Amino acid sequence: MARELKLMKGNEAIAEAAIRAGADAYFGYPITPQSEVIEYLMAEKPHERTGKVVLQAESEVAAINMVYGAAGAGKRVWTSSSSPGISLKQEGISYIAGAELPCVILNVVRGGPGLGTIQPSQADYFQSVKGGGHGDYRLIVLAPSSVQEMADYVVDAFDLAFKYRNPVLILSDGVIGQMMEKVYLIEQRPRLTDEEIKQRYAWATTGKKDGTERRVITSLALKADEMEAHNIHLQKKYAEIEANEVRFEEFQCDDAEYVFVAYGSSARVCQKAVQLARSKGIKAGLLRLITLFPFPKAEIGRLTGQVKGMLAVEMSSGQMIEDVKLAVNGRIKAEHFGRFGGNIPTPDEVVNALETQIIGG
Amino acid sequence: MTEEIIIAGFGGQGVLSMGKILAYSGIMQDQEVSWMPSYGPEMRGGTANVTVIVSDERISSPILNQFDTAIILNQQSMDKFEEAVKPGGVLLYDPNGITRHPSRTDIRIFQIEGAKKAADLGNTKIFNMIVLGAYLQIKPIVKLENVVLGLKKSLPTRYHNLIPMNENAIQEGMKNVTAYQPA
Repeated sequence: MARELKLMKGNEAIAEAAIRAGADAYFGYPITPQSEVIEYLMAEKPHERTGKVVLQAESEVAAINMVYGAAGAGKRVWTSSSSPGISLKQEGISYIAGAELPCVILNVVRGGPGLGTIQPSQADYFQSVKGGGHGDYRLIVLAPSSVQEMADYVVDAFDLAFKYRNPVLILSDGVIGQMMEKVYLIEQRPRLTDEEIKQRYAWATTGKKDGTERRVITSLALKADEMEAHNIHLQKKYAEIEANEVRFEEFQCDDAEYVFVAYGSSARVCQKAVQLARSKGIKAGLLRLITLFPFPKAEIGRLTGQVKGMLAVEMSSGQMIEDVKLAVNGRIKAEHFGRFGGNIPTPDEVVNALETQIIGG
Repeated sequence: MTEEIIIAGFGGQGVLSMGKILAYSGIMQDQEVSWMPSYGPEMRGGTANVTVIVSDERISSPILNQFDTAIILNQQSMDKFEEAVKPGGVLLYDPNGITRHPSRTDIRIFQIEGAKKAADLGNTKIFNMIVLGAYLQIKPIVKLENVVLGLKKSLPTRYHNLIPMNENAIQEGMKNVTAYQPA
């Protein structure tokens, strides 16, 4: 496939890639550090290129409910925001997960809690993988660590969302959103026609014709037995996702004695830390998580048979470390190192933490 | 080859666009590049900086605390980034507005009178291209022809008539960079 090369910000790359992925609509509300998404879309006018709708809603709550509505009609639809705005969307996300509709949500994380700071952070891990909204639901969570992956993962996210009829969250951060790198873009994929949607998606509410069965989209089931059955169905789906969709990347793990576990921009910092550690004679490697849910439990379990210790590096005060420790299950030492509140760990700090907390600890 | 650069100065000096043109030039010669701006509160206070990495290999961390080269265009940035130059690295600065000159003896220090030269030439907008020229004289990591291609790629077509002027400014910078010895 011919791929076009550009220099773009992560926020711009994902906006362009979503158009090319054949998205039907974007509903959003600006907030730093992801306002370039809606700015790019408004300037690019995809409604003239492909017919894709771009709409600035009156609030984040309105935007996510527009997503809910359009997703119910079988459309490929997405929204984006940053941490405080994503908190506002949680009710809608829970409804969409409950109603089993596909959509893509981008969170370009900034430091919190509260209004916090506009600087990059990874402190929304719990919110992303442990729920965020109410009820027993899971999002598929993808964590890009480069501008190219911002573009690639939005295409994958739409595919996964429709494969499992489940919202997919792309968990990015201020670094990946704001930085520019080379990006190769896919060719334009056509948007589905209304007829194709009707034929492909038996659940989509595309207008009842005489003689056809009513299609109902709801997250409401007042009878406890019905709700329990729905929950059992959802859990089966999540188990299937855990069995099939785990994704990760390993960097110099083959002979590693110590492994950093990281995702997103922290994983980039850790790549440099691996090089630094190796220049000091420490056999370090990196397990970069691509899916945060499903979490690569089995791979971490496998690595505990090989390495002496793991350092979870994240821009939070320690969230992902809980899942790492569960997967390690006490077999080897696993500790957390983080900078947070908008600060980014340096490769030196990461190597120092490995030396003091894991090797010498 | 991997070159890790910080460019730091005031908003409006063309810090971010200088970084962008450098990144585009790297792409034109098939290298890996990253461009990471400061977008936080310090930007809103008037200063701006950007980390640019140009490399033959896949780039690891786009965020760095040590640099091969620091291009410094105001006093605040001098205070912040002089110590961040790797031993043996390069510090290039415009002495205009600098009250405390760099003092390190384990790095190579250069001056470019970019603001003065731009004023002499009657066009303050070419300031950043003069500084870029000075940098490329010290470290020719990208070829001038690729910078011109980079300019073509990063500027809208309606500004392409300004490219020869920018090319001249780069050459002025190349001619006027001088080594500096701390007292």
